[in-house]
Amino acid sequence: MRISTSWIRDLVAVPEDQTGRDIAERLIDAGLEVETVELVGAGLDGPIVVGKVLQIEELTEFKKPIRWCQVDIGGTEPSGIICGARNFAEGDLVVVAPPGTTLPGDFTITARETYGHISNGMICSERELGLGEDHAGIIVLAPETAEPGADASKVLGAGDEVLDIAITPDRGYALSARGIAREVAIAYGLDYHDPVENPETLPGPADERAPAHCASDDLEACPLFTLRTITGIDPSIPTPQWIVNRLRDSGMRSVSLAVDITNYVMLELGQPLHAFDLDSLQGTVRAGRAQPGEKLETIDHVERELSTDDLTIRDDRGPIGLAGTMGGADTEIGDETTNIALEAAYFAPDVVARMGRRHKLTSEASRRFERGIDRTLAPIASARASELLVELAGGTYQGMTAVEAPMDERAIEIPTDLPAQVAGMDIAAATTVAKLTAVGCTVEQSDDRLSVTPPTWRPDLTDPADLVEEVVRLVGYESLPSTLPTAPAGHGLTHAQRLRRRVGTVLAARGLIEVLTYPFTSEADANALRWNDDDPRRISPRLANPLSDEQPLLRAAILPTLLTAAQRNVGRGFDDLALFELGSVFLGAAGSKAPPRPGVTQRPSDADWQALEGLLPDQPMHVAAVWTGDRTAKNWQGSGEPATWADAIATAQDIADALGVDLTVEQGADPAFHPGRCAQLMIDNAIIGHAGELHPSVIEAWGLPARACAMELDLDVLMQRAPLVHPAPDFSSHPVAKEDIALVVAENVTAAQLEQVIREGAGELLEDVTLFDVYTGDQVPEGHKSLAFALRFRAPDRTLAAEEIAAARQGAIAAAEGLGARLR
Amino acid sequence: MSGPNTEFDPKQVAALDAQAIESMVAEALAGIAEASNLDELKAAKTAYAGDRSPLALANREIGALPPAAKADAGKRVGQARAQVKKALEDREQILIAERDAQVLQAEAVDVTLPVQRNPIGGRHPLTTLMERMADVFISMGYDIAEGPEAEAEWANFDALNVPPDHPARTMQDTFYVESPDSGVVLRTQTSPIQIRAMLERELPIYVVAPGRVYRTDELDATHTPVFHQIEGLAVDEGLTMADLKGTLDHLATQMFGEGIVTRLRPSYFPFTEPSAEVDLECFVCRGASVGDPNNPCRTCGSEGWIEWGGCGMVNPRVLTAVGIDNQKYRGFAFGMGIERTLMFRNGVTDMRDMVEGDIRFTRAFGVDA
Repeated sequence: MRISTSWIRDLVAVPEDQTGRDIAERLIDAGLEVETVELVGAGLDGPIVVGKVLQIEELTEFKKPIRWCQVDIGGTEPSGIICGARNFAEGDLVVVAPPGTTLPGDFTITARETYGHISNGMICSERELGLGEDHAGIIVLAPETAEPGADASKVLGAGDEVLDIAITPDRGYALSARGIAREVAIAYGLDYHDPVENPETLPGPADERAPAHCASDDLEACPLFTLRTITGIDPSIPTPQWIVNRLRDSGMRSVSLAVDITNYVMLELGQPLHAFDLDSLQGTVRAGRAQPGEKLETIDHVERELSTDDLTIRDDRGPIGLAGTMGGADTEIGDETTNIALEAAYFAPDVVARMGRRHKLTSEASRRFERGIDRTLAPIASARASELLVELAGGTYQGMTAVEAPMDERAIEIPTDLPAQVAGMDIAAATTVAKLTAVGCTVEQSDDRLSVTPPTWRPDLTDPADLVEEVVRLVGYESLPSTLPTAPAGHGLTHAQRLRRRVGTVLAARGLIEVLTYPFTSEADANALRWNDDDPRRISPRLANPLSDEQPLLRAAILPTLLTAAQRNVGRGFDDLALFELGSVFLGAAGSKAPPRPGVTQRPSDADWQALEGLLPDQPMHVAAVWTGDRTAKNWQGSGEPATWADAIATAQDIADALGVDLTVEQGADPAFHPGRCAQLMIDNAIIGHAGELHPSVIEAWGLPARACAMELDLDVLMQRAPLVHPAPDFSSHPVAKEDIALVVAENVTAAQLEQVIREGAGELLEDVTLFDVYTGDQVPEGHKSLAFALRFRAPDRTLAAEEIAAARQGAIAAAEGLGARLR
Repeated sequence: MSGPNTEFDPKQVAALDAQAIESMVAEALAGIAEASNLDELKAAKTAYAGDRSPLALANREIGALPPAAKADAGKRVGQARAQVKKALEDREQILIAERDAQVLQAEAVDVTLPVQRNPIGGRHPLTTLMERMADVFISMGYDIAEGPEAEAEWANFDALNVPPDHPARTMQDTFYVESPDSGVVLRTQTSPIQIRAMLERELPIYVVAPGRVYRTDELDATHTPVFHQIEGLAVDEGLTMADLKGTLDHLATQMFGEGIVTRLRPSYFPFTEPSAEVDLECFVCRGASVGDPNNPCRTCGSEGWIEWGGCGMVNPRVLTAVGIDNQKYRGFAFGMGIERTLMFRNGVTDMRDMVEGDIRFTRAFGVDA
C-alpha cells in the first residue's frame, strides 16, 4: 500500500516537524513494514508552472510529428515550446518546465534551438517530473485547475512524501488510508477521528427511477450486498487534480471520474467498490455461484471458463463479474456512461482467494477481500462514493437496495495478565486495556479477566494470542527484556550428524572442494549419463512448477548437478578440479492424487502421519565427487600428476575408513563410467555406489577435460554401518616376518580376487598384505600379468619359527594357484 | 699347551716395550690427524682402536706376561689406548664441526621454492556456518533436529496454521511436486521440522534445525531459489518473548561478536503469534546512512537495519495441531537465513557466488567460515 503523508495528515494531526521518514519509523515499530519513503518529484529543482496552450502548429517535415506550441505561462508574451507529445489540444492546461529548471536525472532545461525553432522550456509528463510512472503523454490538467503561470508543483503535489508499506496478510485493514492513519495516531498517541464516522452528506433518494435491485444467493460467501443507483452523471467532467494526485501517489492511474471515485474510496476506507453501467444490467444483480459451463469476459478482455465454485455477480443473462475480483466487460462503465449502479459488498476471504488462484488473477479488490475487509463497511463506503459522484460528477442519487445476513459478535476472553505472561515483562492491566481500546476493541474487565470484542475491521483478531500481539507490539518490542531459558541437558550431535561433518572434513583434507548445487535435473541429464531405461534413478519426483522447463526433475543422483558445477569451473579456466557435494537425492515417485489431509485441531493419528510420510520420496544423503585434470600441479619438481580412477576409488575408501566401515571394491558397470574403469562400492554384498573414470560420452556431454573421474555413494547406508563405539585394538609386540611373493595370473583375474585368496590361504598369522608391483611384458606370458605382494606375518604370543613362516607363505601361494596363479 | 711364564723374557713380548708402544701411539695419532672426514675417521678408529688394532693386540699380550711385568705393561698400554681414544674423540669433534660448517652448508637448498603440495580443499562456508550456529545451540543444551526437503504439504503449511486458501500460502512461492494437489512440496522453510520435532520428541523440546529450503525466486544478487535456514524451537512451560529475545541476542553475539545490536520488529507469520522480524543494526554504517543521500550504505541499502530472520511465540494453534496442551506449554520459534548471515558476517556481496560452485569462492574459506 502506497500512501502520501499529506493524506495521512488529513486524517490525523501528526506534528508538523515529523518527516515521512519519522512517520515510517513509528509505523515500523508498530509492525507495518515501510519499505521506502519517496519524495514526490525527487530530483526536481526549480519552478514548474501551469501553462495554457494557445496555439499548436504541426511540423510535418521531420521523421516524427512535432508540435510547435505557443503556451501562456503567465508572462506578457506566450512561450514557444517544441513538443513531441500529441495528447493535448489548444486551450488545454499543461505543465511547463521553464529554462533554468532541472528535471530528475540532472537534466537542466535551456532555451535551445530544435526542429527549426527556439524552444523556451519543456511541456512535461508525470515521469519526466519524477511524480509517477505515466509517460504515455504529457500531463493535461483539468480546465480551471489553475491560472497560467501558477506554481504547478503545488497543483501536482510535488514535495509530498509517499510511504510504500508491505502489508502482511493479517493486516487487511492497513490497505487503506483509514487503517494506516489509525496506526499513525496510535503510534503518536494522538486522537483519531475515523472517517467512517463522518456525517453522511448524501442527499435522499430522488426517486426518479427505481434503484437497481440486488440479492445474494449465497449468504455464507456473500453475507452483505448493497447496490446504489446514481443517474445522470456527466462523463465529460474530468477528475479533480487532488484525486488524480492521490491515486498517482498510491500507484493507480486516473481512468475516468466515476472509476477514479470508486478507487479513491477504496484507498481511503478499504472497501472495494464496483460501478456497473446501469443501462447494461438486466434484472436483479445478485451474488451467486457460477453454473456449469458458464464463461465470462472480464474487463481485461480475457474470456474465463467458470467453475461452479466461483462466486459470480450475475444478472438475468448470467455472470457479469467475478465477485470481489474483477468485473465483466459487458457491464463495464465507459466514456458514454451516465447511469451507474454501484456495488459494495462483503465477500468471504477464502472464496475470493480460491477464485483468484483458480484464475491466476489478483486485483486491488481481491487483495483486500482475501485479507478480510470490515464486515460493516459496504453501505458506508458506497454512500461516500455516491456523495462524490453527486458532488463532482453531477449525478442524482436514486437510492439503495441491500441484503444482509446477521453478523456474529465474537468476544475473546483472556486473563488480564496474559500479555505480560507471554511477553515476560510487566504490563499494567490499564495498559493492556488502553492498547486494545486504541486498536478499536471493546474491552470489558471483570476481576482478572478481560472480555474483548475486536472491531469489525480486524477480522484477524480471533485468538487470545492475537490480542497479546496487539498489546505487546504497541507497548513496543524494544522494551522486552532479554533472558535465557534453561534447556534440559542435551545430547550433543547425533551419530549421523557427527559422521557427516567428518566426511566433509576428510574430503576437504583430501583436497576436494565442496559445492552446493541446485538439485534440479532432467531426463536429458539421465540420457547423457547413459542410464538404462529401467534404471531406478530415472524415477524421481517431477516439479509441477519448475524454475526452468528444462530441469523439471529432482535429482536421483548428485552426479549430474555436480558435473554441471565442474563444467562451470572449466568454463572459467579451471581445468584441474576436485569437487564434492554432500546432499539429499530424491528417489521414486512422490505425492498422490488424493493425499491425506489431517485436520489441525488435534494431533494426527499415527496412521495419518504414516500416510503423510508415505507421500514422500526416499531422500537418502549421498556424497559425490568429481575430478578433472591434474591432482597435483606441474611445477619445478616434476610434471603434474593427473587425477585418475584410482583417486576416485581411494576417496570412497577414505570415507569408509573415516567411518570405520569395511568397503569392498569390485569391478563395476555403471553406464556413466568407463566400462573398464568402473568400481562398484560394496557393503555386505550390496552396491552402495560407484567410482572410477567417467565414460567418454559423459565427459563430452558436460564438456569436461578427457579422463575426468567421479565417485558417488549412498552415505546413509555407510553411516548405518558405522560403529558407535570403536573397540580398542589388541596387537602383538612379537617380531614381524616379511615375505614377498610375485604371482603370474591371467589378465582377467583382479587384484582384489587374488588378495582375497592370499588372505584366506595365508591363515591367521597373516597381519597384512600389500600389492607393491604390477607387471606386464616380456617376462610374463601373453595375456598374463605379474602381481607382487608383500606379506607380513606375526603371531600374538611368540616369535615365529622359520617353518611356520614358510608354511603360511606356501598356504598363500597354494590358494593363489586355485585362481590359476603360479609363483614367478 | 704352554705353561705359564715364570720368568721375565723381554724377547717374548717385544710388542710391549715402551718404544714399541710409543711408536704405535705415534702412528695412530698421525693416522687420526690425517682423517679428513668422518668416514676416514671411522676407518682410522677401526685401524687404531679396533679389535685388531696394534694396541688391542698388545693389550691381549699382557695376560701372557709374568706377574712382575703385568702391572707395568698394563699401565703403559692403558695409557696409550686412552691417548688414542682421546685423539679420536677430539678429531671427531673437529670433523663434526667441520661437517656442520661445510658439508651441510653445501647441501643447502632454497626452501622458498614452491614445493609440491596436495593443498587441502575446502568446505562450503554455508555448511561450516550452519555447523557453527548449531554448535552455539548444542552448548545451550539444544539438540539438532532434521527433516526431509521434499515435505508433506500438511507439515509445511496446514499444521503451521496456514490453511489452504490463506493468503499466507502465496507469501512464499512454493515448488509443488508432481502436481499442485499431490500433497508434497519442496519445503519453503525449515519450520515443518518444528512439526516433526513436536510429533516425535518428548516435552520439553529445545531443538535447532539447519537445512535447505526452496522458493520459486529467480537467482540474482540477493535471492536464490534454494537457500538455507536454521530453525529454532523451544516448547516448555512458562517460556516468554523475553526468552526468545535473549536467545537470539546470544546467537547474534556468537555470530557477529560483542556489540552487535538486534531489533525485534512486529511482523506476521501464521505459525507464530506474536511474531517479529529480527533485524541487525547495519554494522557498516551503524545507521548513519539513513536519510543521508550523500553517504549511501550498500550493505543495508541505507536503511540502517538488515533483516536477519523471523521469529515469534509458537501460535497456540500449531501446538494444538500436534497435540500439545497449549494452556500448559508455550513455545518460541525462529528461522534465520544462513546466506544472509554469511553475507553480513563474511562480507559476501553476491548470493550467486554461494550457488555457482566456483572453486575460488569455497577455497577462500578453507574448512571454516
